[in-house]
Amino acid sequence: MLAEKYAQEIQTILAKYPTDQRRSAVMALIYLAQRDKMFVDRKDMAEIGEILGISATEVASIVGFYSLYYDQPGGRYRLQVCTDLPCALRGAEQFLQELCHRLNIQPGGTTSDGLITVEPVMCLAACDKAPMFQVQSGAGLEYFENQTVESALSLVNQLRADAARRRGRNDND
Amino acid sequence: MTEKPYEYLLLRHRQIPELDNLEIYRQNGGFEAFEKAVKTMQPAQVTEFVKASGLRGRGGAGFPTGLKWAFIDNNNWPHYVTANADESEPGTFKDREIMERNPYQFLEGVALCAYAIQAHHAYIYLRGEFWQIAARLDQHIAALHAAGLLGEKLFGSDYSLQIHTHLGAGAYICGEETAMLESMEGKLGQPRLRPPFPPSFGLYGKPTVVNNVETLTNVPLIIAHGPEWYRTIGTEKSPGPKIFCLSGRVVRPGNYELPLGTTFRELIYEHGGGILEGRPIKAIMAAGASSSLIIANDQALDTPMDYENVPSVGGSLGSASVIVLDDTVSIPWLINKTIHFFKHESCGKCTPCREGTYWMQHLTERVAYGHASQQDVALLYDVASQMRGKCLCALGEFSIEAVISGIDRFRPDFDQTVQAPPVT
Repeated sequence: MLAEKYAQEIQTILAKYPTDQRRSAVMALIYLAQRDKMFVDRKDMAEIGEILGISATEVASIVGFYSLYYDQPGGRYRLQVCTDLPCALRGAEQFLQELCHRLNIQPGGTTSDGLITVEPVMCLAACDKAPMFQVQSGAGLEYFENQTVESALSLVNQLRADAARRRGRNDND
Repeated sequence: MTEKPYEYLLLRHRQIPELDNLEIYRQNGGFEAFEKAVKTMQPAQVTEFVKASGLRGRGGAGFPTGLKWAFIDNNNWPHYVTANADESEPGTFKDREIMERNPYQFLEGVALCAYAIQAHHAYIYLRGEFWQIAARLDQHIAALHAAGLLGEKLFGSDYSLQIHTHLGAGAYICGEETAMLESMEGKLGQPRLRPPFPPSFGLYGKPTVVNNVETLTNVPLIIAHGPEWYRTIGTEKSPGPKIFCLSGRVVRPGNYELPLGTTFRELIYEHGGGILEGRPIKAIMAAGASSSLIIANDQALDTPMDYENVPSVGGSLGSASVIVLDDTVSIPWLINKTIHFFKHESCGKCTPCREGTYWMQHLTERVAYGHASQQDVALLYDVASQMRGKCLCALGEFSIEAVISGIDRFRPDFDQTVQAPPVT
């Protein structure tokens, strides 16, 4: 349950808004629900609705509207390459194709270990530093700019190593 | 004798290291303007200063900032300030640099705007991708509270102010001010029917100023140095410095802070180092993906980049996101790119934009990959033309600018890609 797990954080979020406007916290609460598994399920939506006094359907419509929320599981890390006009003028489309080829997936696909989804996204406000991508995980978002396929692949290896280490730690628990 | 180096006013971190440290910012005059305003100026005087400076909104519309503040309805309380940090226009990446490297000047601008309209809560709406920036801003806001520059009874006055960050989650439409307000209220980010405008009916239905990050970052300069000084920079109708985002087929893409009225030629060839591989320049998009395509001839290159002159060469300044295209770029490919963006980002609320971008995408795909006939080009032009003046918000209409100007001004590119019509 989110309300117990993130009690303190939920209070901090709600305190930003007038007491009769709790609904404003919906976006932040969806991020919280996404933190562990990188998607939001029906139960989360119902609980967020309960905390804010809106219906689960209204929460679901917000999840569906915004592109950084997911209602289906994907890779633990989403490597999102900007291929919009300014980046495309500096080789971003070839970069995406080559990176996917090296990872043996199609754009939008997830690596066989289920860890990394590579997908094209719309402009990320880094047009002067293409090729670039962001990595979205439950913990947040990080930008990687002026990339080469090699630098991106070494990041992928690092993410895999981090995940393996975390798995090892959980096994010891 | 060497020329005096340009003294940055907005991108000051380029000359002052660690300006994102509050101590350093204060050592360089930071928060003196806010203190001066709260201690010695009436709120309306702050608005008068901004009005007199001629500052115009840097988010794209170029609306006079002081006038917007003066529209705030004083018979309806509380008032709110919302900073638009949704920066999502393809080709725009200036607000990010400000918030990452010179965040306190921006926050001081937010505080001055709040004082001017007597708002006690200000929100910064950041696009969801600016997650790390939001986390840093939260730390900066905490530092301001610790230093007594935000919070209750500031500088011994009765004035109190809180600033909060609010993260979006990936939606271009939330850069439209009423869609942004809807999103902040926890609803779908879809534009409202206007009027009423935010100064009378904004966040939670209360009078609200919505200003772009760069606009607000100008305000401490105006309060500190006065409107007359501010007007010595830029042109008469477009005063002040501007950050030009240069991208596309240039040698040195990046942000360039220059006075409004600098020519395209100076930006592209002197600052940007010219076109990649020394190729010929073909076209300029001056306002990101929302731009019409300006034919890059000598007349265009010598045009001053300000709100009043760019329209004379068939464009608009917008947020000054200058995307440069060389002779390797096919215009049908380009409009297919921009239409995919607008189709993806259409919020779906109004029919002309929702349906128009859908049908345009089908047509631009055909046109871009050589599967189209002349009739398809004509149909594309027709669909785009029919959208003009009919969308609920400006963003829907932005989608047609490159299509219409592309077909009008670069017809040979289309003739080359379309198939000959079938012989009957």
